[in-house]
Amino acid sequence: MSNAPVDKGRRRFLTVATGVVGGAGAVGVAVPFIASWNPSAKAKNAGAPVEVNIAKAEPGQMIRVKWRGKPVWVVRRSPEMLDGLKSHEDRLRDPNSEEPQQPSYASNEYRAIKKEFFVAVGICTHLGCSPSYLPQEMGEHVEGVEAGFFCPCHGSSYDIAGRVFQGVPAPLNLVVPPHYYVDDNTILVGEDKGQA
Amino acid sequence: MANKFVEWIDARIPMTKTWNIHLAEYPAPKNFNFWYLFGVLAMLVLVNQILTGVWLTMNYVPSAEGAFASVEYIMRDVEYGWLLRYMHSTGASAFFVVVYLHMFRGMLYGSYQKPRELLWLFGMFIFLVLMAEAFMGYLLPWGQMSYWGAQVIISLFGAIPVIGDDLTLWIRGDYVISGATLNRFFALHVIALPLVLVILVFLHIIALHEVGSNNPDGVPIKKPKGSVPDEEKPKFKFHERFTKKYDIVDAIPFYPYYIVKDLIGIGIFLFLFCYVIFFMPEMGGFFLEPPNFEPANPLKTPEHIAPVWYFTPFYAILRAVPDKLFGVILMFASIVLLALLPWLDRGRVRSIRYRSVLHKLNLAVFSVSFLILGYLGTQPATPTATLFAQIFTFLYFAFFVLLFFYSKREKTKPVPERVTS
Repeated sequence: MSNAPVDKGRRRFLTVATGVVGGAGAVGVAVPFIASWNPSAKAKNAGAPVEVNIAKAEPGQMIRVKWRGKPVWVVRRSPEMLDGLKSHEDRLRDPNSEEPQQPSYASNEYRAIKKEFFVAVGICTHLGCSPSYLPQEMGEHVEGVEAGFFCPCHGSSYDIAGRVFQGVPAPLNLVVPPHYYVDDNTILVGEDKGQA
Repeated sequence: MANKFVEWIDARIPMTKTWNIHLAEYPAPKNFNFWYLFGVLAMLVLVNQILTGVWLTMNYVPSAEGAFASVEYIMRDVEYGWLLRYMHSTGASAFFVVVYLHMFRGMLYGSYQKPRELLWLFGMFIFLVLMAEAFMGYLLPWGQMSYWGAQVIISLFGAIPVIGDDLTLWIRGDYVISGATLNRFFALHVIALPLVLVILVFLHIIALHEVGSNNPDGVPIKKPKGSVPDEEKPKFKFHERFTKKYDIVDAIPFYPYYIVKDLIGIGIFLFLFCYVIFFMPEMGGFFLEPPNFEPANPLKTPEHIAPVWYFTPFYAILRAVPDKLFGVILMFASIVLLALLPWLDRGRVRSIRYRSVLHKLNLAVFSVSFLILGYLGTQPATPTATLFAQIFTFLYFAFFVLLFFYSKREKTKPVPERVTS
């Protein structure tokens, strides 16, 4: 045993150095635990695009498909539905679709590539429920609007172009997913045109 | 022989000492009433949940493909599986019943006031973990309500600016709720959170025994050392840990007196508990909701979704606000404000018995608002319901604001020196 006087500065340095190295180690160890909660490679690969055949869709009919586990709607809108879109623009949060909730090719008054077919992710932008499609009974929720989408969870209302009304919990219009027309009867949901 | 054995243990671990400090020689105020049963009942339910939970895991399959069917298997084919499951599902609701009553007791008698702030905070953490535990457990049967309830609650985190979307993706581990979510919730529900819960309950009790129990009069039973004549002291032996610094008055040892009293309460509670288990395990759709008897379907939201009854007051607050982020903030604030009660209540008088009429009214309005919000949270979001939810949300928050202002200069009745019996 050495009887040399205690070198406090040296002791403090060693304590701090040990603490810093140990702390860095603890942060390093936390990485795998936190990162393992991210979507796995399998989950990421499940996001492949899906084809929708629209040849048999009647006006007013909705086709539901699953893309990335989410419901995607394709609604064939009747001319009356399209005409009705203008009537309530002053009651919408974002009538001109300025928020980036749609690809640029759907950033128009109908929020669609072809105005007849509306493609949207059927998930409410509030808290993720799937709204109900009300082709005729929307008037119960929004006066003077015939067709639209109503979320049963918290009462958010959207018009037939997926534009959200004012005074409801949802902040944004429904999301329009990337999609394009492979031919006149087929829509591919999940990819932009020309994408590999 | 038995004595020798106890001595052998005591020389190696403080068994007798712990028994005495926390039970046989622990001074509890002699004037506890009905409201003081709910702490011990909460512990009883915790034991029930752990025991039945362990047994349920023996037959439950934690996967999106197998979960729903395995719950049906437990219900139909496993011997007494139905009983174990109903004990667990009824236990979850019973847990919240007794915890809400336990918290209300604390508010009635000012049990959160100095020096019991930390005790109250541990309690609030227990409440938070309990909510997380219940929420994650509800996903496990993988029914429609499990699925869409989880969808809504996880989306709450999406309201956080900037990181919200990435955070929800991280919590789910997938682009939607999927088997990945189910499995991690299972792990948290059966291992991580129960562990945290048990540790918090331990800390809650240690903190309680450090400061001593409050009582319906809110009058301390610890008096300055030497201020009480011997003939006024109770004729019981209390551990010197309590008598060293104080003279203890109006107290009885927790064991056997309160253990016996609690046993009566436990008996009555078990009567009610068994009645629910055997005759109305679904409680008319409040304990087990009808849509949950359908397997989860990611493409279709049930017509009307509502959380289980114990979340509905907070859910009604969330829905009352026509703005996503603000609604989420207000919902969390409604819980945080409860945790801050020890600092919001600036009064010195603890018990409602000696507080002002204004305080009694305020607490009554708060309680009624909480119940009405709970009811509204189970109802569809019609414009009228939303309007009422807004009014009662306002009253819920007004309780805390008013309390903060009047409690400083409150006109209270004179507080007695000693507890009344």
